[in-house]
Amino acid sequence: MDLKLVKNLLDLISETELNEVSIEEGDFKMKVKKQSDAPAQSAPMQFQMPAAQQAPAQTAQPAPASGDSSASETKESQPEGETVQSPIVGTFYESPSPDSDAFVKVGDTVKKGDTLCIVEAMKIMNEIEAEFSGTVQKILVEDAQPVEFNQPLFIIKKA
Amino acid sequence: MFKKILIANRGEIALRIIRTCKEMGIKTVAVYSTADQNSLHVKFADEAVCIGPPPGRDSYLKIPSILAAAEITNAEAIHPGYGFLAENAEFSRICEEHNIKFIGPSPHMIENMGDKATAKATMIKNNVPVVPGSDGIVTSVDEGKKIANEIGYPVIIKASAGGGGRGMRVVENEDKFEHAFKTCRNEAESAFSNPAVYIEKFVVNPRHIEIQIMGDQHGNVKHLGERECSLQRRHQKILEEAPSPVMTPEVREKMGQAAVNAGKAIDYEGAGTVEFIVDKDLNFYFMEMNTRIQVEHPVTEEITWCDIVEEQIRVAAGEKIDMSPLKMRGHAIECRINAEDPEHNFRPTAGEITSFNIPGGHSVRVDTHAYAGYRIPPHYDSMIAKLIVSAPTRKEAIARMKRALQEFIVEGVKTTIPYHLQLMEDENFQTGDFNTQYLEKHFKFKP
Repeated sequence: MDLKLVKNLLDLISETELNEVSIEEGDFKMKVKKQSDAPAQSAPMQFQMPAAQQAPAQTAQPAPASGDSSASETKESQPEGETVQSPIVGTFYESPSPDSDAFVKVGDTVKKGDTLCIVEAMKIMNEIEAEFSGTVQKILVEDAQPVEFNQPLFIIKKA
Repeated sequence: MFKKILIANRGEIALRIIRTCKEMGIKTVAVYSTADQNSLHVKFADEAVCIGPPPGRDSYLKIPSILAAAEITNAEAIHPGYGFLAENAEFSRICEEHNIKFIGPSPHMIENMGDKATAKATMIKNNVPVVPGSDGIVTSVDEGKKIANEIGYPVIIKASAGGGGRGMRVVENEDKFEHAFKTCRNEAESAFSNPAVYIEKFVVNPRHIEIQIMGDQHGNVKHLGERECSLQRRHQKILEEAPSPVMTPEVREKMGQAAVNAGKAIDYEGAGTVEFIVDKDLNFYFMEMNTRIQVEHPVTEEITWCDIVEEQIRVAAGEKIDMSPLKMRGHAIECRINAEDPEHNFRPTAGEITSFNIPGGHSVRVDTHAYAGYRIPPHYDSMIAKLIVSAPTRKEAIARMKRALQEFIVEGVKTTIPYHLQLMEDENFQTGDFNTQYLEKHFKFKP
C-alpha cells in the first residue's frame, strides 16, 4: 500500500466539496466518507427566508454594496484568496455540457480570461471568465445551483 | 391560483404586494439591488434574489435579471408594481414568451395606451370625450386660425415631437395666433428637429381627476370611482383624495362610463387608471390612460373596501371580476411623504432615519418600507411613506390627517410632513377650491 498515494488522495478529497469517494484500481480499493460539518448547500436553502428571521446567509456574504471582493466571513474559515462573485442571476454550471469535465477543479491554475464556469439565464449560457491569474482554492457552489448577483462562486489565490 | 409570485419592484409597493400575497396564501419572491439588501420587502418575502448593483438599469430595469430570478425560483407570475417595468410592453411580451404570467395588461394594450396619438384616436372612436383639437399636424397659419376659431380660444399649440412642457404656447385670442404659431414651430425645429405642431383647446385651470378601472380576461370592465389628484408640484402628485370634493353623482356616472368604454375599447385586462382633465363646469376630457396600479390606489381601497392588488392577481389568474354596483363610503385622503426639504425647494435628503414613529389610531393607514435605522439609498425616488386616512366626511378626514401628521415623527432626514400640515390648514384646500395650478402658483409654504 502506497501511503503517500493514500495521503494525497485524502488531501485532495478534503479540498473538494465531495462527501464520499470510492477508488478502485486493481486490488487496491479505498473508500472515504467525509463527516459533513458544512451547512447543506442545496439550492432551496439559499433562498429560504422565514418571515420571522432577519435575512440570513446572503447578507452575511461580502458587503456587495462596497463592491469588495475579499473573502467572506462565514461559519467555516475560508482558504486564502480572492472571492469571485457571480455578475448575474442564473444557474451555475461547472462544465460546458453534462458529460464534459468541469472547467476548473480545486488546485487548478487559471490564467486571466480562462472560463471558470457557466451561469445560465433565460437559455443563454454566459461564460464567466477569470479576471486574474491564480490557483483555484475552493468552489463555493454546486453544479446546477441557482445563484444570485454577487454570489460568491470561487476562491482563487492570485498568482 | 398562482403558488408563487415574483415582485419586480422595491420599496413600499413591493411590500404592499407581498402583504396581499401572504393573505392569499401565495409564496413571494423579492428581487433587490445591492443598495436594497436591508429593505423591508426583502425581509418579508419568502425568498429573495439579489439581481444587481444599485442603478435601476442594472437591476430593477434589467429584464434578463428579473426573468432569471423568476426562473431559478420557479415563480409562476410577476407583479411589476408601478414605475420600472410596469408599463414596459417588451417586458410584458417577454414574460408571455417565457410562460410567466405578467400581472397586468398585454403588450398590445400597453403599446396602444402608451402612444398619445393612438390613445387619443382610440378614445375618439369610442365616444370618450377628448380635448377638442386639430386632426393631426397643422402646417399653415390660416389652417391653424380656422381650427382655433372652431375650437374656441384659448388654445394651446403643441410640438408633436415635444414633451416635458417644452414646445408649447398658449394663445389667448386670434390677434396673438400668428406670432405664437411661428414661434412655436421655430422652437420645435431647434429643440426637437421637427417643426410639426398641432392645436388643442386649452382648458383653463383644470382639475386632474382620474377613474380607477379593472378589467378581466372575460371582457368585463368595471370602475371603482374617481380620485382627485389636482394638488401637484412639478407634475408630481403631492396629495390625493377620493371621492373628489367637486364631483356629483351624475358626472361620476358619466366619467365612470367613459372610463369603462375606454377599457372595453382595448379589451383591457388588469388594473388601469383613466386620467381626465376637468374644467370648472365639470366638462371632462380624456388625457391619458395608465396601464398599471397607481401610487394613490389606497384612497380608492379605503372608500370601496376592496384590495386592488388582490383583484389584479385574481384577474391575472383568470377569475371574473365582481360586477355588482359600486359602493363608496366616506372620504379618504393620502399624503405622499417624501424625504425632501420643503424649506429648500424640496431638495432630496438621503441618509439614515434615526427615529420613525408611525401614526396609528382609527382609520389611519401607513404604507411604507422605511423604519428606524433604515438608510435611504440615493439611487431611487424620495418617497418614504404614504399616509392614508379615512373618515365618514371630508371635514373629519382632514382633521384626522392633521392629527396623524402631527404624530408622524421622522428624524435624521427632512420630510414633507410640515408642508402637508400647512396644507391641511389651508382655506382653499378645506373648501375643495383648487386646481392643478394651485400648489405651484398660489399656496405658500411658511418655513
